[in-house]
Amino acid sequence: MDLPAKPAEAGPRKLEGSGIIAAIKASGIKFILSVPDITTSSGLLAPIAKDKDFELIRVCKEDECIGIGTGLAYSGKRSLTLIQHTGFLDSINAIRGVAVEYKQPICMMIGLLQHEPDRTPRESSRYGVRIVEPILEDMGIEHHLISLDADIQKIKPAIDRAYAESHPVVFLVGRSPL
Amino acid sequence: MMKRDECFRILARHIKDEAVVATYSSAVDWVGVAPRELNYLSIGAMGLDSSHGLGLALGRPDKRVVVLQGDGSLLMNLGCLVTIGAIAPKNLVHFVAHNETYEANGGHPIPNRQVDFAGMAKSAGYAATYDFSDLRMFEQQIGHVLEQQGPVFATLHVEPTKPLQYDYPSLYDPKKREAFKKVWQA
Repeated sequence: MDLPAKPAEAGPRKLEGSGIIAAIKASGIKFILSVPDITTSSGLLAPIAKDKDFELIRVCKEDECIGIGTGLAYSGKRSLTLIQHTGFLDSINAIRGVAVEYKQPICMMIGLLQHEPDRTPRESSRYGVRIVEPILEDMGIEHHLISLDADIQKIKPAIDRAYAESHPVVFLVGRSPL
Repeated sequence: MMKRDECFRILARHIKDEAVVATYSSAVDWVGVAPRELNYLSIGAMGLDSSHGLGLALGRPDKRVVVLQGDGSLLMNLGCLVTIGAIAPKNLVHFVAHNETYEANGGHPIPNRQVDFAGMAKSAGYAATYDFSDLRMFEQQIGHVLEQQGPVFATLHVEPTKPLQYDYPSLYDPKKREAFKKVWQA
């Protein structure tokens, strides 16, 4: 768990969506469950929607993803929930009840709306962004900041661990992927 | 008006290897008439039963999934009708027990007792929708309802029941979850 999360220092200060998508595929993810998020809209959701390797499930409200992802996990299928931090905050009870208390491998990639990408989430001027990591830590949820290309290598091991140990994991996307 | 446990008793006669997703009062009544490993009861948050059911249906398109949801529960996740209608899983049958109350939370009325769930499901894109308030009609048609290509939706107009005994530790026993997973993935 990143405590506190800091953007990786090495390498150019950019985040390639294609690298994230490759890591998601390498993790055995077939199903993407999503409500659109402007941070990840063009760099992740749009290419995923066109990618035949994925089955994109567009939902009406983010907490649906937690139930759908659990049903898929019980069926032996991996999924990734791609949402905005506002949707994460709205889904706290579902995440509490299903992912945490029932120890389900719910993998969430969460765009930090209006976050300043060269700050840590805790240093954000946005209240809604600042509170995300402390909430995750209070809930005991493993989380990783994905803000630079160097962070992408965290994705596959964390997803594999979530399914092997049956627990949730969160990736906070700190800048818009290119 | 019908009684929920009577409906479930009739339904149970038609259930074979389907996963049955249920929670709260529906789960108590269902387990009372059909205790089985393929009951999926650990929903974790009110309203998500239908979403769990969609996940199971997507994960095992070769098997069928039956959701037994309460009206208060569906009201907390009405968007699921649109999601399910769009994804259109052929193997999902979605029942809502419409007793017009939050039975597990003191029997208070839902905001609009006359809400037309089957009409909503039809508009949302379900392949077939039904509205049952007569037990004999339900008994005559349930076989056909379960065989329809999904997603299928049926409202069961039922009476509120006397307060049930909610044995949550038993309903949500982790051993039952593991047993379900083993059988469902076999």
